[in-house]
Amino acid sequence: MAGEKAPAEKKPAEKKPGKKKAGEKKPAEQKPSQKAAGDKKKRVKKYHASRNPTLARGIGRYSRSAMYARKALYKRKYTAPETKIEKKKKEMPRATITKPVGGDKNGGSRVVKIRKMPRYYPTEDVPRKLLSHGKKPFCEHKRRLRASITPGTVLILLTGRHRGKRVVFLKQLDTGLLLVTGPLAVNRVPLRRAHQKFVIATSTKVDLTGVKIPKHLTDSYFKKKRLRKPKHQEGEIFDTEKEKYELTEQRKADQKAVDSQILARIKKVPQLRGYLRSTFSLSNGVYPHKLVF
Amino acid sequence: VFKRFVEIGRVAFISFGPHAGKLVAIVDVIDQNRALVDGPCSGVRRQAMPFKCMQLTDFVLKFPHSARQKCVRLAWEKENINEKWSATRWAKKIEAREKKAKMTDFDRYKVMKAKRMRNRIIKHEMKKLQRMASKKGKKPGKPEKAAKGKKPEKAPKAKKPEKAPAPKAQKAQK
Repeated sequence: MAGEKAPAEKKPAEKKPGKKKAGEKKPAEQKPSQKAAGDKKKRVKKYHASRNPTLARGIGRYSRSAMYARKALYKRKYTAPETKIEKKKKEMPRATITKPVGGDKNGGSRVVKIRKMPRYYPTEDVPRKLLSHGKKPFCEHKRRLRASITPGTVLILLTGRHRGKRVVFLKQLDTGLLLVTGPLAVNRVPLRRAHQKFVIATSTKVDLTGVKIPKHLTDSYFKKKRLRKPKHQEGEIFDTEKEKYELTEQRKADQKAVDSQILARIKKVPQLRGYLRSTFSLSNGVYPHKLVF
Repeated sequence: VFKRFVEIGRVAFISFGPHAGKLVAIVDVIDQNRALVDGPCSGVRRQAMPFKCMQLTDFVLKFPHSARQKCVRLAWEKENINEKWSATRWAKKIEAREKKAKMTDFDRYKVMKAKRMRNRIIKHEMKKLQRMASKKGKKPGKPEKAAKGKKPEKAPKAKKPEKAPAPKAQKAQK
């Protein structure tokens, strides 16, 4: 008991002045330096030896109440720092608001609660979902890019309306899709997104050093726009969905800006322009697993 | 009927196995199926090798049976087998096959264009000669047809990007 009490005493004795000192555990070193500096702020931690002499192991001389008196705990009352709570209590948000009300003989205004009680309580509570691990939303997924695809690589598109066309790769966008351009003057493929999986990367590369791609070409720029107006009835929804793609001036300007840089480099390589104009196809005896791209 | 025989000094081409594609000289015959073989200039250690994987070439070296590697090497270098081999059609065909397999998509496009251009030239010339022949055929024009036989030398089909100027040169010739 005595033995238990001895460390037990020390701990509260340490902790309380310790809290004031923000949990410092090196009082001996700080004593001489801080005595001069700020005696009022940080009490000199002088740990008293155990006030409860041990009679036998685990047994102290004085009882709990005697120790209370000996340690003068009646003097030492510590309250937890209340400033935050006090602050919060002071700054209570408004619960009601008075709103004007129209109509004759209506009294002009009403006192309305800002946060109202729920209008519906479900009969069965929604069960608490179990913790899951590693299920990230799409925006947090890791984007990978095949090593064979680098800026300037000629890719063969395999799906979409431009299937079979050979196209120049510019960069990978945030969602992982590849930004790609024909260039438009060569094979009528505009600045467009392509999916990595549906593309064959050839080993032919156009040197795109120093080509600057405008920064505003992101996924949101290419994303299809959808109109959603809740006022429409069922019959009208099908009409307003834009099926037609409309070419904007901005797209033309961007296309020009990018293509002018790339076309210059394509012209340097002999026969590359014709290559990009041609389409890829398989014929008899041609097996993709045997081809070297 | 048989022109190439297994003899001491016969240079053979290894068709399959770990040393596929290399040349070796037959140093000695072990039994019905195996030979002691050595390829000092082609990176094949002296070893026993079954005849099945060897294909005989036209080259024969002169050294006594069971001669040691140094002698084989001397004979090999004296005859300059490596150069002679790469000058043979056999070796060129192998090389062409390898190049074809390594062709990239861009190379295939270039070859296609070159072939097409070449065929056009040939066809053009053919048509010219045919027309001339048909014109003069009413008259005594048989000798014109003999000229048709001489066609532009068919260059080997192994084409790689370095050879793209070659079909262009052919075009220039015409």
